[in-house]
Amino acid sequence: MADFLHQNLSYFLSGISVGGQYALIAIGYTMVYGILRLINFAHGDVFMCAGLIMVYLSSSLPFAVSVPLVLIFTVLLGFIIERVAYRPLRSAPRMSVMISAIGVSYLLQNAALYFTGGLAKVYPALPWLSDSVVIWGATTRVVTIVTPFLTAALVVLLTLLIKHTKIGMAMRAVSRDFETSQLMGIRINRVISITFMIGSLLAAVASLLYFTNYASVTPTSGSMPGLKAFVAAVFGGIGSIPGAVIGAFIIGICENIIKGGSSIFGIPGSGWTTFSDAFTFAFLIIILIVKPTGLFGEKAVDKV
Amino acid sequence: MKFRIISVSSMRIWGLLKMFEIKGLSVNYGGIEAVRDISFSVEEGTIVTLIGANGAGKSTTLRTIAGLVKPRTGKIEFMGEDITGKDPAYIVGKGITLVPEGRKIFPDLTVLENLKIGAYLRKDNIEEDIDWVYSLFPRLRERSWQYGGTLSGGEQQMLAVGRALMSRPKIMMMDEPSLGLAPLVVRDIFSIIRKISREGVTILLVEQNANMALQVADVGYVMETGRITLTGKGSELLVNDAVKKAYLGK
Repeated sequence: MADFLHQNLSYFLSGISVGGQYALIAIGYTMVYGILRLINFAHGDVFMCAGLIMVYLSSSLPFAVSVPLVLIFTVLLGFIIERVAYRPLRSAPRMSVMISAIGVSYLLQNAALYFTGGLAKVYPALPWLSDSVVIWGATTRVVTIVTPFLTAALVVLLTLLIKHTKIGMAMRAVSRDFETSQLMGIRINRVISITFMIGSLLAAVASLLYFTNYASVTPTSGSMPGLKAFVAAVFGGIGSIPGAVIGAFIIGICENIIKGGSSIFGIPGSGWTTFSDAFTFAFLIIILIVKPTGLFGEKAVDKV
Repeated sequence: MKFRIISVSSMRIWGLLKMFEIKGLSVNYGGIEAVRDISFSVEEGTIVTLIGANGAGKSTTLRTIAGLVKPRTGKIEFMGEDITGKDPAYIVGKGITLVPEGRKIFPDLTVLENLKIGAYLRKDNIEEDIDWVYSLFPRLRERSWQYGGTLSGGEQQMLAVGRALMSRPKIMMMDEPSLGLAPLVVRDIFSIIRKISREGVTILLVEQNANMALQVADVGYVMETGRITLTGKGSELLVNDAVKKAYLGK
């Protein structure tokens, strides 16, 4: 086992790292779903926009300024999207809101296409995060090591917020029952806005970590990580934050181990890398067949 | 002018100022005119009940007062202020609370959290109120850390009432509190309603269980297909032939 770990250490490391980045995106999907029962298709593109905002800001501002600004602008973007594209449809059928989400997704991608001219934008090398380190014989970047810890810290903070603060309690109430929450004096629109803002903030953090590894941003950069994070959220049981996080780590690790497949399965594996994306979606199909509610999905036992 | 020298508070003492007044309220709900031009008032410290058959518009009336449904026409006045069409949070803040039909406690919040969320708009210390609610319902204190969804129907109703009290309401509206509860539990709930009323909370009660409701009520209104058809003291309606025939099964 130790030998196996050692041989594949770099895949494990990047698996954990990518898993952490997926987890941060997946939380945005799962929280919004938990409250609005909406799959926010634009979430992956918000993540991409965070990357582009960083590219543009860092070209003229020092990192110490541009990083906080990226977080702020992304939060603002999430807030505006909810305000403009989802709030007016609050009492509309769920399908309409979903179509609106798809519309926002394409709007963001096309806006990005317009601004970038379709060229891949070089992501700045963040100081320290982009440095190389050697761990147990495997060469990797600092960001790979930092990601899982940062993810864990943010998840703990978020859990504390939801379990132990007034706004967290309101979120749990609103995700259950809009009308009764209103009777308590909770302004549900405010709670929904805050949910979107938290999701966007985490997506912005994820973008800083993710694009440091990938070096460039294109208008469609958000699609694949967004989709994978969505799969992670469904796998973990959509609506559940621990589920999304665990699902994201499992997907990230499996995906990367498959990339190193040749040395794991003992099969000549030059072609395995090609299948790593296919694996994720095949995995989703199997999970949905075996356990449709996902790992921690709501079992929907309402006692009335 | 003689009236000028009488202050608002003394008018309230003399019963000249209604705490709560509904004038010509009409509400469309689910494509039909659920409430048609009703007017009634509630005096401070009393228990008022709206009785009537299923679909008479009782619940819609309460939901409109609570701000969940917007009225088509009419006016809702509370302590002299027009609160028609205000949003629910504003109305709760004014001291009007609704215990909804079916209790609607939050199943995945603990009993204590359910109480805390009832005080959502309050910024002052709520510890005393939690103690007060627990002293009204000792069963809830025992179950403080249990999830709301694990309580029995009667306990859930107590929790729903306790949660409503946490907002320190001036008037508490209750929608079918006896629905789906065993007769013994219903008796408990009504004795609690009396108790809360004695604590100084005005109560507007909607019930299909007309017998129980009229026994506790000072004033009763009978609603039929969206209109108020009969008004009287609770004890009067209880012996009224028409009411007896239609709602008391005698």
